[in-house]
Amino acid sequence: MDNDIGLWSVLIAVLGGAIRVGTPFIFVSLGECLTEKAGRINLGLEGNLIMGAMTGYAVSYLSGSPWLGVLAAATSGCVLGILHALLCQNKQVNDIAVGIAMMLFATGIAFFYGKAFIQPSAPHLPSIGFGNWSSSPVIKAALDINVLFFLGVALAPAMAWFLRTSRWGNAVRVVGESSDAALSLGMNINRVRLLSTMAGGGLAGIGGSYLSLYYPGSWSEGLSSGQGLMAVALVIFARWNPMNCLYASLLFGGAAALGPALQSVGINWGYYLFNAAPYVLTLLIMIAASSAKGTVRGMPGEFVK
Amino acid sequence: MLKTVEIWCLSLGALLLSALLIAAFILSTGNSPFEVFYSLYRGAFGSWFSWQNTLVRAAPLMLTALCTALPARVGLIVIGGEGAMVVGGLTAAITGIAMQDAPSFIVISAMLIVGGGCAGLWILAVGALRHYRNVNETISSLLLNYIAIAVLNFLVVGVLKDPATLNNPSTYSIGDKNMITSIGDSSVHWGLIYGLVVCLAMWFVARRTTFGFAADVTGGNIRAARLVGLPVAKIVLLSCFLGGAAAGLAGVIEIAAIQGRANSSLNAGYGYAGILVAFLARHNPLAIIPYALLLGGIQASGGLLQRAHDLPDATVAVFQGIIFMMILSSEMLYGRIKFLQPKSMMS
Repeated sequence: MDNDIGLWSVLIAVLGGAIRVGTPFIFVSLGECLTEKAGRINLGLEGNLIMGAMTGYAVSYLSGSPWLGVLAAATSGCVLGILHALLCQNKQVNDIAVGIAMMLFATGIAFFYGKAFIQPSAPHLPSIGFGNWSSSPVIKAALDINVLFFLGVALAPAMAWFLRTSRWGNAVRVVGESSDAALSLGMNINRVRLLSTMAGGGLAGIGGSYLSLYYPGSWSEGLSSGQGLMAVALVIFARWNPMNCLYASLLFGGAAALGPALQSVGINWGYYLFNAAPYVLTLLIMIAASSAKGTVRGMPGEFVK
Repeated sequence: MLKTVEIWCLSLGALLLSALLIAAFILSTGNSPFEVFYSLYRGAFGSWFSWQNTLVRAAPLMLTALCTALPARVGLIVIGGEGAMVVGGLTAAITGIAMQDAPSFIVISAMLIVGGGCAGLWILAVGALRHYRNVNETISSLLLNYIAIAVLNFLVVGVLKDPATLNNPSTYSIGDKNMITSIGDSSVHWGLIYGLVVCLAMWFVARRTTFGFAADVTGGNIRAARLVGLPVAKIVLLSCFLGGAAAGLAGVIEIAAIQGRANSSLNAGYGYAGILVAFLARHNPLAIIPYALLLGGIQASGGLLQRAHDLPDATVAVFQGIIFMMILSSEMLYGRIKFLQPKSMMS
């Protein structure tokens, strides 16, 4: 019987973790999805995430309003996105290398200015307690859902609609599928990519503010554990489809919650190994999703070499 | 010849521009750029003491840089130096612990071979996934970093843990007699010589052997390489193996020359800084040596910047990020500056 309760609470903790840990994944992967749809890879979203976490926390602390913090985080992400897009405008400059450089730079800046905000505690984002009907603290904790989660869930179909039907969305897709076709249509490729990278960066910034303003809920230098980088793999897994990005993010959140969930019921063995679960999962998924021929279904045409 | 001049001019230009941007950044923090630059110099190259500090940091950077530079020559962007260093160090520590009582010469050789070999295979897997399954090598190598660190943490707090190490969980010691010694009476260990020798050897391989030439052809145009019948798979896999093995040696040196046991010092960021060194050197193994010294120097001066100017340790990361971005931006100028181009190309 005891064993049963243990198993249930692990399951519930993993489900709750899917929502709680998965939320930043939703924002970063949607941001990366939008950027890649326009034919560019931004590997620097990890930097946007950390920068967003720091600015979000700092602004929330200084202004007293967590929503202003989210706004500031989005702005900082947009600025980094613009920088990435501008640096990549020239064909000789490799977008992946620029991403690594941006990651280093943004992380450095965030740690530099974030030193002052490690100690103080900033007001958090509100959450809605869907589990209040239950007397079980496990269920209560699992169903305490942040508002940003709903924003992310709404954003996925919105982006799918945007890419499928809107004029701008189609422009993004044309630029990503074939820059030659876009040129012959008289489109400004660099501007479309700039705007997509900017918006994508902004979304990643919001994801970062979730980290510092809700869960784990404070600013520290070890806050992000590579979520921004995993988002790139996640988008491949999701085959560049915003709705799939949402599902994949939840799956990853659940995988990342496995280690802590097992620890909470007293299974300490292999805690660090279970922490590697999302990375192993990503790797396996990438191997399964790729093919020897080089093209993956749904991949923007500009990536096919 | 003119091509070398072009690389020198543009690299120096990019470094000067980054120095200006760094100066602007320092001004924004309310410090005097001249004083901070002087401290940077003093902390990195100002005295024999700081030189030793710089050299000790440059040694692993030379090796982890090769982990990005060698695969880059065949056209892969691998950023798995951190994980390869962890794998190299961890397997070397296990070897050292298991063989502790053998003659020290044999133990050290075995650690170098096992550490380098395992790390080589680690990055070879990245190359194989890329070559046979088209898995993006940048992402897969990065994921492997996290997996390697998780395995290290798992073993270091688990079965391999020396109960005597409470604050900083570590494995059992490989034994004092099995350590790589220092050069003369300095604090610089022989690992620096390993780094220099490996860089020189890789430069020779890249520039003066058929394999190096074939690797450059593969990196330049993989279809052309296939058409002329080069064994593309072998070239890609071997380049990845050599890169991984080099980073693995960095891990072995960290274990056998400094720590004496495996712990979290293996993932202290040398792998990531190595990426920057490789791009600064434009993936030329010989150019890696001076850039590793430069980066090692910047890192070595971090402590002095903190003490003398109250600049936090993240300052060094900001400097590195600025330099990295400027070097990448300078790529767009290659072939664009007229007086640096050969005459025949101009007409």
